[in-house]
Formats: sequence, structure tokens, C-alpha cells
Amino acid sequence: MIFETFPPALILLFAAFMAVISRPNARAVIVLVAPLITLWAIWSLPDGVLITTRFLDYEIQPLEVSPVRRMFATVFAIMAFTGALYSFRTAKTAELGAAFAYASGAIGVCFAGDLITLFIWWEMMAIFSTIVVWCGGTEASRRAGIRYAMMHLLSGVLLKIGIEGVYVHTGSLEIEAMLATDLDRWLILIGILINAAAPPFSSWLPDAYPETSPTGAVFLSAFTTKTAVLALILLFPGEKVLVWVGLYMVFYGIIYALLENDARRILAYSIINQVGFMVCAVGIGTELALNGAALHAFAHIIYKALLLMSAGVVLYRTGQRKCTDLGGLFRTMPVTCICGIIGALAISSFPLTSGYTTKTMISVAAEQEHLVFVWYMLAAASAGVFLHAGIKFPWFVFFQKDSGLRPKDAPWNMAAAMIFFAFLCIALGIYADPLYAMLPNSTIVPVYKPEKVVFYLQLLLFSGLAFFLLLNYMKRTLTITLDLDWIWRVAIFRLGNLAYDACSAVRTAAEKTILSFLKTGREGLDDLSERDGLILRATSATGLGALYIMVLLTLYILVYYLD
Amino acid sequence: MAQTPKKPETAPDGDHWLVRPENIRKIWIGSIIALAITVAVELFTGTAGHFHGVDEWFAFPAVFGFLSCVVMVFVAKVLGNILKRKDDYYDL
Repeated sequence: MIFETFPPALILLFAAFMAVISRPNARAVIVLVAPLITLWAIWSLPDGVLITTRFLDYEIQPLEVSPVRRMFATVFAIMAFTGALYSFRTAKTAELGAAFAYASGAIGVCFAGDLITLFIWWEMMAIFSTIVVWCGGTEASRRAGIRYAMMHLLSGVLLKIGIEGVYVHTGSLEIEAMLATDLDRWLILIGILINAAAPPFSSWLPDAYPETSPTGAVFLSAFTTKTAVLALILLFPGEKVLVWVGLYMVFYGIIYALLENDARRILAYSIINQVGFMVCAVGIGTELALNGAALHAFAHIIYKALLLMSAGVVLYRTGQRKCTDLGGLFRTMPVTCICGIIGALAISSFPLTSGYTTKTMISVAAEQEHLVFVWYMLAAASAGVFLHAGIKFPWFVFFQKDSGLRPKDAPWNMAAAMIFFAFLCIALGIYADPLYAMLPNSTIVPVYKPEKVVFYLQLLLFSGLAFFLLLNYMKRTLTITLDLDWIWRVAIFRLGNLAYDACSAVRTAAEKTILSFLKTGREGLDDLSERDGLILRATSATGLGALYIMVLLTLYILVYYLD
Repeated sequence: MAQTPKKPETAPDGDHWLVRPENIRKIWIGSIIALAITVAVELFTGTAGHFHGVDEWFAFPAVFGFLSCVVMVFVAKVLGNILKRKDDYYDL
């Protein structure tokens, strides 16, 4: 087999390059076929370290395969294919090319056998995802792209310092399970968590993703945060701080999404919410919990892309993305509406959807570890997901009120991509065995027990009841909600201005004092000169300057000899 | 790209069947029946609780789900009062 030792990431990278330089028809073929070849390459690779080579003075392993790595790479390749199908007719060439290079970075991270390789692909993702953000083509997306790039370069820098620290202190570049016990490992952890949109850096995600093109957000939703989850699974399983980081993210996502008016930003916040479940699972760290994290990441990429595709079609057809401008679209967009609802049910982990067969593992893992508080919080959060994404998104976009908009339904390729993912959401909800077979170990629990199904049905349906009873409190307003990024977008500048004003005031005051002091001194000298007729006739500005210089030189000589 | 209003699925009275008040009423009634059934079924399946606490009480998930949502909506409301700004806040 030709692909037994060939890095699959390079196939997508080559495709990205070819897609940019070819004509539209050839480009369509390239972007649709390359992910399938990548998928084949991924599945041709046996387990283990397949390539070892030297880079500078280090021995690196650019290609290492294990079941969980293969699982993430698989869903990334599926995502690249479906994303290409969704976007090849409308996306800019640069966007498609960048999205493919970005996807190749994600797959590269999956198979990175050492920290240096991981870092290189990590930076690839940062660069090309920024280009995808910029392809939004508006002033807002240009600015959001710069903020996005700064965040991810910060993530890269911290990761790099951490990696160098680990190498200097241990001599090892291996990707192996560790805990955040020293500064080096903390820096690696923080670098990864920035990409996972963990606090206090969560805001880059809802800041950048909604400003992209209708197609760009679909790609962006899949790769960055989920490679971070994979990196956490590989490097920090059982790191307890992740449980609390995860729980924070879960509720942060819900609360901010509840307050949000922009439909795509609602979905962006719910990415953080969902990644929070995975981060929490990695923190729990048992085999079942890690399986749950990997499974949930797989399912999440599919239903979240589906939701963003649905929102993308709405944006593409109407130019609108605010709930206050939308509503009633179900009349003319049945396919987009139904696919959006299926994605919404899956993200809420309704029984018979992929969210149910994957996320349930995480709460069972918490249950088995007797993490009572965590379990209750996860249950409350599951209800909250239905509230903020499961109902809120379809309700405000497709129902709510009649906005008067009567847009056409999705173009055929967008509809095909959505139907494919909607099909996967349901298929993996009914029959998840192919997914379970990809797992690194067989620790799973059966989810379709009658009492479990009833549990989740009650939890979710009564959340739905709460939504409609509290609808008056959910009225959308033309607002945004301040986040911690306010600190570096506004507060720092205000502080800077304050400091500047304070310094100016001090300077003015100091000038005044010194001048008046000098004036007194000069008047004294004038008196002297008038009395004795010495050389000190410093009545002009030049004379005063000469006097300053003389004083300085005297000081200099004094200091010189004292030293 | 808003098109001129055309209503292909219109009923005789001028709007989609899904938005007519009498049908919305029927949907509410149907939903409430569905809610009641999901609770009643627990009598037959037993509880999914595990910790021997409130999680094993009858209809715990229903009450817990409902109350969690109420709490989250109100927390969001309170935070919103402090943190909400006009959506051109950063553009100025």
C-alpha cells in the first residue's frame, strides 16, 4: 500500500495548493476528491510510530497513529469533504484553499508523534484559520481576524515556551500523559486551553466565527477547538483542573448564548458549551470519560457544522443573521429548517440522535466516579443546551414571528451537505457501533436503557416547556454582551489614557516647579552678576542653556569620580 | 436577497396553518399531553438515579430540568442588565 507510511495531512495540504491555482471546475473536483483520498490514507495507516526523522538536532516522529488519533483525523476528513461540498460553488478560492490547509493542519496535529511536530501543525492551523476569518471580506472580519490571530499566536508562543521547558528539563519531546505539575506543563496546558476557548480567553471564538463568510464558519467550527480536545486527551487526561474549566465553559456558553441576538454567535457560544463537556470529561479522566470526550467530539463536529450550515444558508439567502431580523423562514426554507432542527436536536442529545449516544457517556463517567456535584451540573447543563441552542436557534430563526422574508431554500450543494450531516446525526444516534469500534478501548456503557431514555426525555422536554413559558424574558434586543475581552479591547486603552493624562499632569506640574525654581536661581545669579560684574551675565536663553550644561557637566564629573 | 413576498403554502385565510391561533392551541395541548406521558412512563421504567438522593425521586429529571432552565434564564437576565451594550459598542 502506498499510504502505509504517508502523512495524510500532506494530501490535504497539496490539495489546498492545487485548489488555489486551478480553474473552477478542476477545483471542484480537487476539493471533493482530496478529502476522500485523505480518508483512505488515514485508514491505511497501521498503529504505532511510522516515521522517525531528525529535525535540527531533535529526533521527531511526524507520523504516529493510535485509535483516538485516527478517530479525530477521520472526522476531520469527513468534515473537509462535507465542508467542501457545502462551499465549493460560493466560497472564494482563497477561502477554500485556506480551509483545506487549515484542515491539513488539524490532521497533522492528530498524527503528531512529538511536541515539535505538534507545534508546527498547530501554527499552520493558526495561520490558515486566520485567513479563513479574513475571507469574510468585511471590515468587521478584518478586525476580528487580527484579534483572532493575536489570540492564536499567543497560544502558540505559550505552547512553544512550555515545550522548550519540558525538553530542557526532561530531555523528552514525547507526547505522553502528563499533569500540570510545573510551569512548563502549565504553559503547555494554557496554550492548548486558549485554542479550546477556555476562560479567560473564550471570547475569541464568538468574536471571530460570526464575522466569517457563510461558508467559513462551517470549517472553523470543526478544527481548532477539537484538536485542542485531542491534545488534552493525549497530554492531560485526568488533570483535575479541567473538570472545573469544563464546567465553567459549559455554563458560560449557555448564559451568553441566552443573551445573544446574532444567530451565528448563539451557535459560536454553544461550541464553547459543548467543548466544555469534553474538557470536563478529560478532567474526569477515566477510560469511559476519555471515550466520552472523543465520541462527543466526533458527534459534535457533525451536528455543529450542520447547525452552522443551516445558519449559513439563511445568511447567504437573506444577508441577515440577527434574531431580531429573522423569523418565519420555515415557510420557504423547509430543507434548511428541518436540517437545522435535526442539528439542534442532536446538540441537545435527544434520544435517537448522535448527541445522545455520545454525551451520555460523559455523565455516566461522572456518576461512576461519584462526582455528585459534577453530575448535577452536567445534568443542568444538558437542560441548558436544549434551552440555548436546541430550541432557541430554530425558534428565533425559522419560527418566532413572520419577518416577511421569503427567501429561496438552500442551493443543491448546500442542501446535499446538510442532508448528509443530518443523516449522520440520526444514523449515529440509532446505530453508534461503528463509532464505538473506533475507540481506543471498549469501555462504553449501553445508553438505550428505558430509564435513561425517560430521564433525558423528561429533562429536555421540560426545559422546552420552560423556554416557552419564559419566552417573554427571552425577547431579543439589539445588544451584545460584554465579555472578558473587554479588558484588552477597552479597559487597557482607557487605563492607558488615564496613565497618559496622569503623566501629563505630573509633567506639567514638574515643569512649573522646576521653571519657577530656576527662575529664582537665575534671579539670584542676575543679582550676583550685577553686583560683581562676573561672567555670569546669563540674561539670554542661550546663557541659561549654557548654565544648564555647566551644571550637568559638573554633575557628570562628580559622578564619574565618585564611581 | 429578500424576494417579493409569495406564500406558496398559504391556507384560504391567508397564513400558514402552523401559525393560526387554533392550531397553536392544539400544539400546546398535544405538547402538554406528551410531557405528561414522559413523566407517567417513569412509573414503569423506574428511576435512572444513582446517588440515592433527590435524583431518585419520582419525576426528578422533569423538575430539575425545568428549574435549571428557570435559574439559568434569570441568571442570564441579571448578568444581561450589567453586561449588555448596544451592538455597535465596539464599532465606535
